[in-house]
Amino acid sequence: MRTTSVPDRLAANSYVTDEEQPHIRVDQELARRTGCGDRLIAVCPAKVYSREADGTIGVEHAACLECGACLAVADPGVLEWTYPRGGFGVAFREG
Amino acid sequence: MTAEPDFDVVVVGAGIAGCVTAYRLAQAGRSVALVERGAAPGSKNLSGGVLYSRGLEEVFPDLLERAPIERRITRNYLQLLNAESAVGIDYQDRRLAEPVNAVTVLRARFDPWLAEQCEEAGADLLSGVRVDGVLREDGRVVGVRAGEDELRAHVVVAADGVNSFLARSAGLRGREPLHHLALGVKAVVALPEERLRERFHLTGDEGVAYAVVGDCTRGVGGGGFLYTNRASLSVGVVLRLDDLVAKGEDSAAVFDHFLAHPFVAPLLEGGEVVEYGSHLVAEGGLAMLGEVVTDGMVVVGDAAGLTINTGLTVRGMDLAVASGVAAASAVGRALDAGDTSRDGLAGYRRELLGSTAGRDLQTYAKAPAFLERERMYHDYGALLGDVLHRVYDHDLTPRRHLLDVARAELRRSPVRVRDLVRDGLAGVRAL
Ligand SMILES: Cc1cc2nc3c(=O)[nH]c(=O)nc-3n(C[C@H](O)[C@H](O)[C@H](O)COP(=O)(O)OP(=O)(O)OC[C@H]3O[C@@H](n4cnc5c(N)ncnc54)[C@H](O)[C@@H]3O)c2cc1C
Ligand code: SF4
Repeated sequence: MRTTSVPDRLAANSYVTDEEQPHIRVDQELARRTGCGDRLIAVCPAKVYSREADGTIGVEHAACLECGACLAVADPGVLEWTYPRGGFGVAFREG
Repeated sequence: MTAEPDFDVVVVGAGIAGCVTAYRLAQAGRSVALVERGAAPGSKNLSGGVLYSRGLEEVFPDLLERAPIERRITRNYLQLLNAESAVGIDYQDRRLAEPVNAVTVLRARFDPWLAEQCEEAGADLLSGVRVDGVLREDGRVVGVRAGEDELRAHVVVAADGVNSFLARSAGLRGREPLHHLALGVKAVVALPEERLRERFHLTGDEGVAYAVVGDCTRGVGGGGFLYTNRASLSVGVVLRLDDLVAKGEDSAAVFDHFLAHPFVAPLLEGGEVVEYGSHLVAEGGLAMLGEVVTDGMVVVGDAAGLTINTGLTVRGMDLAVASGVAAASAVGRALDAGDTSRDGLAGYRRELLGSTAGRDLQTYAKAPAFLERERMYHDYGALLGDVLHRVYDHDLTPRRHLLDVARAELRRSPVRVRDLVRDGLAGVRAL
């Protein structure tokens, strides 16, 4: 199999993106103070989180696979994370 | 004044646990709402894919003829993976085919079938509805909230999976310690059916399940798996979250490493990734099983933390079935008795722990701690690989007896004899 990158793999998925209500929010101030940004970036298999030039955490919520790993490893309060609204988000066709 | 309930039971989550509970209750003539946040049942769900099917066959006797299953597993392959070598135990057995013991499933195809059975039995399926929390009155759960809507019921069943926001909302679960959770990262790789049969030596609808330990997770506690579907492979890693964080590894990089490993890549050759997903796995075993009953509510499946990982098999779906069966019968009895308080529902926990699945949870209670031993993930596989290398590598030095070879390799390995003895004993007791 040819090697695949995360974006390649995500491109095979089907998503119904909720443009109005993103389901992930980062408390940037708390993230900075707790230093948990790198943890979020490393743990997320969809590469939803990234380090912006100004040091804040970028969030590409549309790629989210809804596993909940980021919430589990984040310091309390850093993430406001819910499942997307009903019907939105990733839609597995295989599972 | 308390409003009249809309349903006898509201089940939140149309995964395996929720569907089995809803089906059983609807079949018994109860009014049941089955609420699912995915646009369709199964569209949010992911597992490795090996379903030990005997329990579900008791609920649906014609399961194997009617449900969309992929393959019957008749071959189990345990692979100890090292950077340069791999040692495999290939176990094939006709007895696993008749009666069928385990099958592979793809949840986005399997769960819709289950939900359909619930609807045929009379349950109301509400898809595309995310439940936001429980409704409480006088301290008891009386229904659920979804946006502006409220659904009231005598009993709420939280079947909303490993992250169970519902169990949290009812105060039954807190923040889970990281060593109770693992991250599963998985891809489905399409491969023409003929190719797949040839590559894995399969006939008809038979299939193989690979469990891989060692150099597939870059030293992070956990393992890899590769299961055959009809015309695709389910391939992935399960990584203990505490260890992933402690080692600072990147989950996607670990997954890439597994796919590219010289002993895995050839199995995927010519395939195409058709889906990439991730999901948490409840790993705590019995230690993670919290309160599963409160006034007006029970918790089933992953939401209750019901998974057993022995390193050789990950089991959650059959436990989800067992908890659904136990919950449905306890809820039925509580409704009959008109007592859906915590006491009235208490039969559920007893029945769950008394079931085969519940007894297995107790049997494997020590497995999670055992699997935290670091040596399990690299040293043993490497040791075995080195011993076998000496056996097969005729490098023009005189041969030595196997026992001498093993002793010499053990001396070179970081494994001490007392570790071997200790881990061996612990393993025998835990697994
Ligand atoms: C990588 C990996 C490999 C695994 N391998 C195996 C294996 O080989 N064999 C095995 O038996 N088990 C395996 N498991 C475990 C197995 O997948 C789970 O134990 C099983 O899916 C649990 O079923 P469930 O019905 O309890 O939960 P789920 O299948 O997670 O279902 C929960 C349902 O609730 C819905 N939901 C959640 N929140 C809400 C809400 N707020 N409102 C409405 N709906 C909601 C979800 O959309 C979902 O449909 C594996 C798990 C993973 C991640
Ligand atoms: S839920 Fe999973 S996929 Fe989504 S952002 Fe968090 S870690 Fe990434």
